[in-house]
Amino acid sequence: MNCTECEVLLHALIDGELDAGHARDVEAHVASCAGCAEKLKAFRAMHDAMAKADLKEKAPAHLRSRIEAMLPVPPAQAVAEIIKPRQFLQPSRRSFFGGFAVGTALSAAVAATLVFTVFGSDREQTVADEVVSAHIRSLQPGHLMDVETSDQHTVKPWFDGKVDVAPPVIDLTAEGFTLLGGRLDYIDDEPVASVVYKRRKHVINLFVAQRLGSSHANVTDRTVQGYNVRHWSAGGLDFWAISDLDPAELDEFVQKISAAFRGNPS
Amino acid sequence: MLDRLQSQAPRIVWTAERDTMIADAIAEQEKARRFRDAALPYLDDVFALTRYLMRNPADAEDAVQECYLRALRHFDSYRGPTMKPWLLAILRNVCNAEFARRGKQDPADDADNETASEQPPLWQEPLASPEAALLRRQDDDTIRRLVAALPQPFREAIVLREVNELSYQEIAEVAGVPVGTVMSRLARARSMLRSAWNSGEGSIPGAVS
Repeated sequence: MNCTECEVLLHALIDGELDAGHARDVEAHVASCAGCAEKLKAFRAMHDAMAKADLKEKAPAHLRSRIEAMLPVPPAQAVAEIIKPRQFLQPSRRSFFGGFAVGTALSAAVAATLVFTVFGSDREQTVADEVVSAHIRSLQPGHLMDVETSDQHTVKPWFDGKVDVAPPVIDLTAEGFTLLGGRLDYIDDEPVASVVYKRRKHVINLFVAQRLGSSHANVTDRTVQGYNVRHWSAGGLDFWAISDLDPAELDEFVQKISAAFRGNPS
Repeated sequence: MLDRLQSQAPRIVWTAERDTMIADAIAEQEKARRFRDAALPYLDDVFALTRYLMRNPADAEDAVQECYLRALRHFDSYRGPTMKPWLLAILRNVCNAEFARRGKQDPADDADNETASEQPPLWQEPLASPEAALLRRQDDDTIRRLVAALPQPFREAIVLREVNELSYQEIAEVAGVPVGTVMSRLARARSMLRSAWNSGEGSIPGAVS
């Protein structure tokens, strides 16, 4: 290797982009060439200084709001805007009062049915998608836990007054699922409790709420965006477990939680 | 009973059209939510690159907004592999289109750069001997200014690498050039940067091509 080649490749070495063979070549050249050795040292120092420096200007809050504002409005609002304006207008003149009252009731019923059929049929899927989004959000730095402790007796009282259920917080450390803590999350515009577990490097969010999707005594499973999702109902609560853990291990988790919950539902 | 109710009811038109509107609104919202989850985490990355490409903060914000609008519009066709380089590639196109519209190829030609020579030197103390220190200590602001003073496309390459932390392959995809070109641009960018870094002038010797 000559100096000209080395001058380009040493940057790839600094950036960790060289395969082992080329890396050895560069290092061999540097070992025998004082000029290139000095360059490698200086450029590496510069790279380190840049990595340490804060060179990334954060997006200002007003820009973030501007971008969020240009995304379409939430579904309930969007549907309301479509239904409302024409729906309750123009009662028939012939039987204004009676017609209006009955008509209004009927339209409300029809609207409710329609909204139910639109949402209801896919309600489970909608909640599943929100569970996935909530899980992904929770994996962003600093978002996973509001209360961080492996002590179930600290996590459980933390939820008091924050959600309208007392979620079971079950310590499964002995079973290979470490309790990391708890978090308040929002799914379907409702506050829900999330109990966070970990197996090896895989985070498991266990969402618990009074009503979250349609009720199932049996565990339903699905895969959304590559995440495994399990949903079941027990003791008047809905449970959603989600993780990138492999399906068999997530099933094991669900089984352990269910068994412990049946044994001691408080 | 239902017949009678319906005959008395106001004319409610539950058409298939309205059904479709609702379904569309939900689908649109669903897409927006997926987009939000996928793209918003990279807002700081997009903004940081924009600030190095466009000098004026207001222009930068407009470019970022346009980038997200375009990304949302094309989100249906997004197939990965990763969101960050995809967004940065869109941003780069937005900025280049803006420069083309203004009839400038290189954002380094921006007006505020012309006054650069009138600015006071960034520091006054005499230059340490090169042997004593391979690299001067520089504060963050100075490093930012040194990077910002690099000419395109070297500035873009070094920002994508050191600020956005893309791999060579990703930089190649964003800039639309082969990986070999990325390597030579980075080598040149770092050489220019090192000279400016140690020269104490805050300018890039030999940067004017």
